Amino acid sequence: MKTENQRAWFFVLPVLLLVAFNALVPIMTVVNYSVQETFGNNVFFWQGLDWFENILRSDRFHAALGRQFLFTFLILIIEVPLGIIVALSMPKKGFWVPVCLVTMALPMLIPWNVVGSMWNIFTLPNIGLLGYFMNDVLGVNYDMTQQPISAWITIVVMDVWHWTSLVVLLSYAGLVSIPDAYYQAAKIDGASPWKVFRYIQLPKMKTVLTIAVLLRFMDSFNIYTEPFVLTGGGPGNSTTLLSIDLVKIALGQFDLGPAAAMSLIYFAITLLVSWLFYTLMTKDDAQ
Amino acid sequence: MAKITLSNLRHSYLSNPTGPQDYALKEIDLDWNDGGAYALLGPSGCGKSTLLNIVSGLLTPSEGRILFDDKDVTNLPPDQRNIAQVFQFPVIYDTMTVRENLAFPLRNRGVAEPKIAERVAEIATMLEVEEMLDTRAAHLSPDNKQKISMGRGLVRDDVNVVMFDEPLTVIDPHLKWKLRSKLKELHHRVRATMIYVTHDQTEALTFADQVVVMQEGEVVQVGTPVELFERPQHTFVGHFIGSPGMNILPASVDDGRVIFNGNSVRVEGGITGEGGVTELGVRPEFVSVSDTGIPARVRKVSDVGRHAVIETMVGDTRVRAVAETANFEKGAEVHLAFQQDQTRLYRDGWIATEVAS
Repeated sequence: MKTENQRAWFFVLPVLLLVAFNALVPIMTVVNYSVQETFGNNVFFWQGLDWFENILRSDRFHAALGRQFLFTFLILIIEVPLGIIVALSMPKKGFWVPVCLVTMALPMLIPWNVVGSMWNIFTLPNIGLLGYFMNDVLGVNYDMTQQPISAWITIVVMDVWHWTSLVVLLSYAGLVSIPDAYYQAAKIDGASPWKVFRYIQLPKMKTVLTIAVLLRFMDSFNIYTEPFVLTGGGPGNSTTLLSIDLVKIALGQFDLGPAAAMSLIYFAITLLVSWLFYTLMTKDDAQ
Repeated sequence: MAKITLSNLRHSYLSNPTGPQDYALKEIDLDWNDGGAYALLGPSGCGKSTLLNIVSGLLTPSEGRILFDDKDVTNLPPDQRNIAQVFQFPVIYDTMTVRENLAFPLRNRGVAEPKIAERVAEIATMLEVEEMLDTRAAHLSPDNKQKISMGRGLVRDDVNVVMFDEPLTVIDPHLKWKLRSKLKELHHRVRATMIYVTHDQTEALTFADQVVVMQEGEVVQVGTPVELFERPQHTFVGHFIGSPGMNILPASVDDGRVIFNGNSVRVEGGITGEGGVTELGVRPEFVSVSDTGIPARVRKVSDVGRHAVIETMVGDTRVRAVAETANFEKGAEVHLAFQQDQTRLYRDGWIATEVAS
């Protein structure tokens, strides 16, 4: 007979302590700020849920959230299909495989602020290579420092350039794990290329694609450095995404209370959408 | 249904083969009759999978032709050859139900829905998978998955040939036997030509009417299981088939007499050819331990159940005998007798005696 006791909890204790110090305690300080008002000198006044109400009712927050969703939607709708297409067209064996893989991995190895600076210099009108080419060679009026549309195109293209490789590499890993017999069986069964993709390649890539979509969602939803370095949120507020707005409130205006409330709401939205994605994409497996 | 003819088939995976060693298949000429059950038997790397892929059209041979009922299909892709193939690992379309899996090859060929429903029901009954028709194929056990793979091959009633590439590799031993008899039964019912590739002699000998034994890209013998056992055309067939395999003993021919370790041995019939390396072949089942004959010393006795395998040494050569009892002392001096009509001479590996008249 086994004696039942609660001693097993001691094994979990170190992890609990670690999580407490690197996650729970910092989050609780944010919670602490979010329900109080301070004028410095460590003097705090109880504020209740006022900051949350203010944020949720503020047009500024709605606008930033809208821009954030638009940005994430655009990059997902471009990067996921593009990544799959690139992965499908990559060679399966031979000399070109490592060449492709390394080339693909390069953008991901560049630090985020460097990516922002690179694209800034690249796209500046008249002096940047792309800016010069667009304006002075093609005659297209393109200026990401002045036009919201140009700025948006630039941050989306920059993110696609930076992160499509992640989707490619994950999809490629899923593709090469499919045994040859599947393709041979499909040939014998008379399946069209579309059916091969739909019934063999896509189902086999599903797990890695779920991971790719989740990672790309979370990363793009929390993106800060690259657009901040590239456009600084401008022109005007046109590329002020949630995190950029948050930093403006917290550090620019030093409104710690509203900033704390906003980051908690931000966190809750990220968590909720990630959970939705995960549940929807893994729904079939449970049946 | 069709008769399959392989004519002067050669295949090399290299683009510029320079000699016989570069060929995975060396000069294959075979006829497979309509509705027969055939096995391709040989050790790993003997070229049997290459041959199978050439028949199915996944590979185009470097030389030679392949005919289905006198129609040259050498350059046709797999989907136009009307063949079915079951692979080593079950191939299942995970996101489909069992029913959709079975219907898939028919839907791709634009068969009418009522006809599809009828064929799927028929095949499901044959394979005894009716109650799983509406479950997702991904959740099946390996043996059921393999059954569905077979079903996808059998569901088309116009297949020329169904090919099995070591289909029982991932199946549990106790289910192997069940699936094997299922396969045999299916062959009797659908009467399609079936080709079964394996390195397992039990699987080959129980499934097939005709076994093709291959070694290093060559066909060494085609025959019924009994022929392969009783009169191997090559020493390779002798020791590859049977458990334990044939005794292959160094021997010399002197004036029409066969000498093994100083003893004259009588063989089944007249000796053909001359020169080369000569060996004596006799199965352990036809070697008996007796009072007279070739002197030997018992080295090891293993009781394998119904009989015992006695391992003896004649000089430096090991000779195995099958005996009713394991009643022999290790180290005992005994005599061996070879049954004359089952004792054959091989020259450079190939049989060199005539059948006794």
